[in-house]
Order: sequence, then structure tokens, then C-alpha cells
Amino acid sequence: MIAAPIAALGLFGDAFNFVFTPQEAEGGGVMVGGLDQVGELAAKQLEVTVLALGVALVLALPVGLLLGHYGKGEFVAVSAGNAGRAIPELALIALMAAAVGVGLFNLVVALAILGIPPILTNTFVGIKQVDRSSVEAAKGMGMTNREIMTKVELPLAVPTIMGGVRTASINIIATATIAPLAGILTLGDFIISRNVYGDAGVLAGAILVALMAITIECLLAGVQWALTSRGIKLQRAA
Amino acid sequence: MNELLLPIAEVSGDFFKDRSGGGCIQDNKLFCPGWVADNYDRYVDPTLQHLVLVLSSVAAGFLIAFALAILAHRHRWLSSPFLAGTGILYTIPSISFFFLLLPITGRGQLTAIIALTAFTLQIIFRNITTGLRNVPPNVTEAARGVGLTSQQMLWRVELPLALPEIVAGLRIATVSTVALATLAVFANGGGLGAEIIVGSNITFKTGIIVAGGIAVIMAILFDGLILLAGKLLTPWERAAL
Repeated sequence: MIAAPIAALGLFGDAFNFVFTPQEAEGGGVMVGGLDQVGELAAKQLEVTVLALGVALVLALPVGLLLGHYGKGEFVAVSAGNAGRAIPELALIALMAAAVGVGLFNLVVALAILGIPPILTNTFVGIKQVDRSSVEAAKGMGMTNREIMTKVELPLAVPTIMGGVRTASINIIATATIAPLAGILTLGDFIISRNVYGDAGVLAGAILVALMAITIECLLAGVQWALTSRGIKLQRAA
Repeated sequence: MNELLLPIAEVSGDFFKDRSGGGCIQDNKLFCPGWVADNYDRYVDPTLQHLVLVLSSVAAGFLIAFALAILAHRHRWLSSPFLAGTGILYTIPSISFFFLLLPITGRGQLTAIIALTAFTLQIIFRNITTGLRNVPPNVTEAARGVGLTSQQMLWRVELPLALPEIVAGLRIATVSTVALATLAVFANGGGLGAEIIVGSNITFKTGIIVAGGIAVIMAILFDGLILLAGKLLTPWERAAL
């Protein structure tokens, strides 16, 4: 019984070593692990995540904004969010790779598909639940439709919209981890290809992916804080 | 470089032994109905395993999140640390979580259930606390006025009124977990993911579509069932309309 926790520490130690020191692969021959490979795969994971989140934002944000502003398409906007949650990530990536083909472009499309629903739904809901009297006041002050959208509705909806963006980013990073199935080697390769990296590599990959996900979540929380108007912050504090 | 992407012909023989689609399977066409008709029974066990994964994770997640939410309701200062803690668990991708547990619980169904449970906590916790917080103050005052203790108020007034929010949280958690549980295959946790990655092959399109399709249908069914249960549990919501 005493051996178990020590063995556990041992594997964590091995994982730590794996990150910093290249070592021979399980099958022998090539060297794997070490900061160079870790950096390369981490950069790839970050790249596909940022690209996919960017594509999802560019597509979903304006649509959610317009639908919310005119109060139209509630069914579509809300069901998109519900349907998006039901998509099995593994099946999506596998089907994309098998039926459409492997490669960065296809992967980014697949990941963006996972990011669009939460951003679209939250943007719609956030804009739609902006107090009508605020919009009336803005109209009274002579604001145009466009100004109402960008200067009144958008700032008031920031917390809800960012909630959607954060959910999208969590989905995307998580799924970017299985990107090696679609031919793009991310940190997930350490996790998936146990026969190459061994258990030390698997655990190292798991730790690195978790750290990256938490870091990006913290960054987005910071972005949300920076984008939230002072008025809303004061209101929350009260 | 990537040994997971084997062409379909390299997969061991017995998987395709019973082929009835003939050319369809050989050419790995998008969907081969003939093969599905002959092989539907191979999806029974993975579907049952998937159900076990989802039901245990959501049930455990609900119990833990419920306890945390009641605690946070009594002691408001606990709310922030609970939210932050469950937030971290929610943020860690499940596939990474499986292997963080590797040194402790090894590979298997239990590992998958622990990771999926951890994922559901934040969603359920947040919805229960929001539901409790949204109970109108005049209602709680009235409840106090007729002499209910805090305990009675919680069970007879606040929780029933929070039910729609709680049900909404359960629906989100369950639907997401059905989708995520396909990843349990990486932790040797079984489930429908095992039919998406067969052996080390992920290029068999019909198999991916059937297994993925079962997961989607399961998610929709759960969503509908929980929605229905919620409606039955809150008859006053309908009366109010």
C-alpha cells in the first residue's frame, strides 16, 4: 500500500523529466520529449486554438449581434447552442479526417464548428436581454441603429458574450488535443501516442494541456474584465 | 509519423469479416447501410457502457454540486472558492484529466467517470446557486412570516422555485457529458468512442457515423427526458401561465 503513492510520485517525476530532457522513444531509435518538442507541439496547439476561436468569433459574433438587436431568429440562435453541445467531439474530428481529409484547414473548420454555437447563443441572449429602456434612452439621444448596437447593446452584453467565448475556447482547446487524429500534431500527441512516448509522455501531455487550458481561461477572464465597462463593474460590486 | 491514421485495408481482418456491403466497405464509402444492418449488435455493449458512463458521472456530479450549492447558500463566502474550484475542473479538458488520474486510478471506467464528474460540477453548481439566488425576496419573507425554519424554507420554498434553473443545468451537463464520454475510449473507459476508434483505425466512416449518431440521439433523448421530468416536477409553472 505504501508503494502506490511513491510509484505515483515516480511517474510525476518521469513526466517532469520528459518535458525537460529528450529521451529515447518507447520503440527505441528516435529521441522524444524535451523542451524543443514540447515547445513545438504547444505552439501548434495554441495556433489551431487561436485560429479556430478567431474563425468562430468572426462568424458567430456579428450574426448573434444582428439577430439579438432585431430580436429575430431566437429559435435558431438558441437551438444552435443546444445542438452544439450534443456534437461528439471525437466523432466530428474522426469524420472530418476520414471523409473530408486531414490537414490544418479542415481541422480549424471542425474546431470552429464547436466554437460557433456557444458564441452565437450567448451573443444573441446577451444582446436581447439588454434593458429596452436603455435602448429607448439611446434612441432618444439620437443614436443611430449602428451606434446603439456598438455603444449600448454590445458593452452591456460583454459579460454574457465573454461567457460564450470562454465556453468556446474550452471546447476548442479540449478538442485540439485530439487533433493528431486529423494529422496535426499538438500536445495531444503525447497523450494519444502512448506507444511512442510512454506513460511519462502521456502524463506530461496531460499536465501541459491542463496548464494551457487554465492559462487561456485566465487570459480570457482578464480580457472580459478589461472589456467590461466601469458602470457594470460598479453595479456588480454594489 | 501518425500511426493512428491507418488506411482501412490494414485493419485486422476480423473487423470486416462479416461484410455484406461488399464494395461499399471495401471502398470505405461514407455510409454503408448493409454493413450496419448486419452489425448493429456490435453497438449494444458500447451503448450500454456509454449509458453507464453518463449516468454515473451526472448522478455523482449532481450529488456533489448539490451539496456544495447548499453549503454555499448557507455560507455565502464559500460561493467564490467553490465557483473557482469547479471552474478549474471544468476548464481542464477531459482527455487531459483522464491521464492526470493515471498515476492514481490507472486506466479504466472509474478514471473516465471521475473526470466526467469533475466536468459537470461547475455547470450544475452554478445553476443551483443561480436558481436559489433568484427566489424573490418577498417569497422568502412570506415563508419566514408563516413560521418556516431555514431548513423548511430551503426544501419547501427555495429549492422548488429554483427547480427550472436546476433542470436547465442538468440538461446542459447531461448533453455535454454524452458527447464528452466518447473520449473515454482513450482512458480504456469503453463507450461509443471505442466504435469510433476501432483498434487503431479511425477511418471507417460508417462506424464513425453510427457511433456518433447513437451519441447524438442519446443526448437528444436525455435532454427531452430531463425537460419532461422538470415539467412534471413543477406543475405550478404551467398553472401560472
